[in-house]
Amino acid sequence: MNKPVEIRWHGRGGQGAKTACLLLADAAFSSGKYVQGFPEYGPERMGAPITAYNRISDERCTVHSNIYNPDFVVVVDESLLECVDVTAGLSPEGAIIINTDKEPADVRPLLRGYTGKVCTIDARAISEETLGKNFPNTPMLAAAVKVSGVVDPDRFVQDMEASFRHKFATKPQVIAGNMNALTKSMQEVKAG
Amino acid sequence: MIHAKDINEHSPWQQLTPGCEIYEPGTAAAFNTGDWRTATPIYHADRCKQCLLCAPYCPDCALRVKDGKLTGIEYMHCKGCGICTKVCPFGAITFEEEGK
Amino acid sequence: MARKDRLSGNEAVAFAMKQIDPDVMGAFPITPSTEIPQYFAQYVANGEVNTEYVTVESEHSSMSTCIGASAAGGRAVTATSSCGLALMWELLYVAASDRLPIVLACVNRALSGPININNDHSDSMGARDSGWIQIYAENNQEAYDNFVQAYPIAEAAGVRLPVMICQDGFITSHAVENIELCEDAEVKDFVGEYNPEHYLLKHENPLAVGPYGVSPYYMEAKVAQAHAMMNAKQVILDVGRRFGEMTGRSYGFFESYQLDDAELAILLIGSSAGTARACVDELRAQGKKVGMLKLRVFRPFPAEEIAEALKGCKAVAVMDKTESFSGNGGPLGAEVRGALYDLPTPPRVINYVYGLGGRDFRVEDCAQVFDELAEVAVNGVTGSTYRHIGQREE
Repeated sequence: MNKPVEIRWHGRGGQGAKTACLLLADAAFSSGKYVQGFPEYGPERMGAPITAYNRISDERCTVHSNIYNPDFVVVVDESLLECVDVTAGLSPEGAIIINTDKEPADVRPLLRGYTGKVCTIDARAISEETLGKNFPNTPMLAAAVKVSGVVDPDRFVQDMEASFRHKFATKPQVIAGNMNALTKSMQEVKAG
Repeated sequence: MIHAKDINEHSPWQQLTPGCEIYEPGTAAAFNTGDWRTATPIYHADRCKQCLLCAPYCPDCALRVKDGKLTGIEYMHCKGCGICTKVCPFGAITFEEEGK
Repeated sequence: MARKDRLSGNEAVAFAMKQIDPDVMGAFPITPSTEIPQYFAQYVANGEVNTEYVTVESEHSSMSTCIGASAAGGRAVTATSSCGLALMWELLYVAASDRLPIVLACVNRALSGPININNDHSDSMGARDSGWIQIYAENNQEAYDNFVQAYPIAEAAGVRLPVMICQDGFITSHAVENIELCEDAEVKDFVGEYNPEHYLLKHENPLAVGPYGVSPYYMEAKVAQAHAMMNAKQVILDVGRRFGEMTGRSYGFFESYQLDDAELAILLIGSSAGTARACVDELRAQGKKVGMLKLRVFRPFPAEEIAEALKGCKAVAVMDKTESFSGNGGPLGAEVRGALYDLPTPPRVINYVYGLGGRDFRVEDCAQVFDELAEVAVNGVTGSTYRHIGQREE
């Protein structure tokens, strides 16, 4: 049986981590994969730490529990490193992807001894440059695709463009900005 | 279709309608309320002037009116309230204890 | 032609409702079922359905709306969860005893208290004796498939009972997964036109619904209702087979997974079955004779069929995702134990209460259950037959 790639998202309520998680499920689905995208629900409030999950595989995955030993972790808000054990159970063969303007080597000391790959991406800067506002989830999604390799990056970019054209049919001016955010993020994500 | 008249307290469960639905209107007519009566109004045609004051007062439509004339009392539905005996100005309906 | 898509369980059910295009929806939101009337409202606003969308002030009223609409001769639908279902309680019995083929999408959530919005089965299990047919789903696909089958079961001659299509709140209702959808025309054809013989709005034949039943009639009415539930068994099998002919996905009362030669079995309902399936695969790979029975239909309860499926097992874990506070186990445990009692050599039964209020059920938890079962089977010492799993202990 093939083991699904498991991804855990950490964000704050209102940042779009859940949306990014569902968009990743969409992208993987479009490339022919079996997907799960689900948030961990509670009485969430704006700003509170939230968790969301993806399982992506070539066969249907029937497990419906949360993910405790992810292959990849995506941290949409850097300040979560101080209050959430984001590397809990994270495979040392995998990677953590963090939204920060710091270098991977500078954030590693905050990761409670995690020995695997640490990737950083300044999603805030990319978002502000390409979209004019801090919407970190689009660049984080792109970085997650690039680092995890769960979806072919070229295919991903094509699918996302189609998806943006559909989603933003009434405001086409934001499509180019979102596409720029994606491609820029895939180029700029740093591994250490 | 099962009609209300064909259902009674001896009907086996298979002969009830689903959810006890009743498929026709006015089925109260088939229900004997005459045995609730402890006193019985008696109609005296010889004293009756056919003023018909009594008929609209009857709560159970138990006063039989045909072609504009009172013809008698429907004892299957009369519960023996006695209102008709009170409203008749001519003493044409008298009230007697049941069994007398 | 099947259409491949990815939808959450709530989206899937709302989509099935759209394809069925019922006459009336009684709509009132409650987490985690809220998305169903929300998505459906969009279909109504877009003119994609002809449904009369009745927004009401409570679940008591949404079920009342359904009862009125169904008695009037329409197809009625609603969705709810948890305390919403509890507020419908009185009306659930009215719907069932008036033999109204209403369909309710139940997105299972814990009942208070402490107040909690996450999944367990305490809401629908509490309603288990209300006279509704109850069908449970493992995932979004089954929630969709079950919903498409609901009206043909509910409206069948000899049945005429309301149907509750249940799925696990958040775990499947809010999880996006792959799904195969039927074409609109296929669903329309499968569900068919609803032409009840008797209904309130049939002007040439006025009808009285829900009359008072004095003692000389009440018992007979209830026996008739009980027989309607028994009749539902064959109809559920027929509809499940017919659905399989259309889609390739057939349904029965339950799914037996690796049960043929299983010595140890786990019996459960809903999304946990997928997790248990993965556990069974792992243990089978280690050569252990384990299996799973995923119960789909809880009402009517397929007692004989379950006994037949489990008769070869040495020990069975029955997993209740609800407490019944009987001091003796959960409702599923009691029913399954009752079903096995008449076997000449019944398996040992351990009844677990698990997964309350969103407590996660992991592959490891399932493996622990099988470990404990193995102990029971090997030593023959049952110990406590009523256990909780997943809670913190001193």
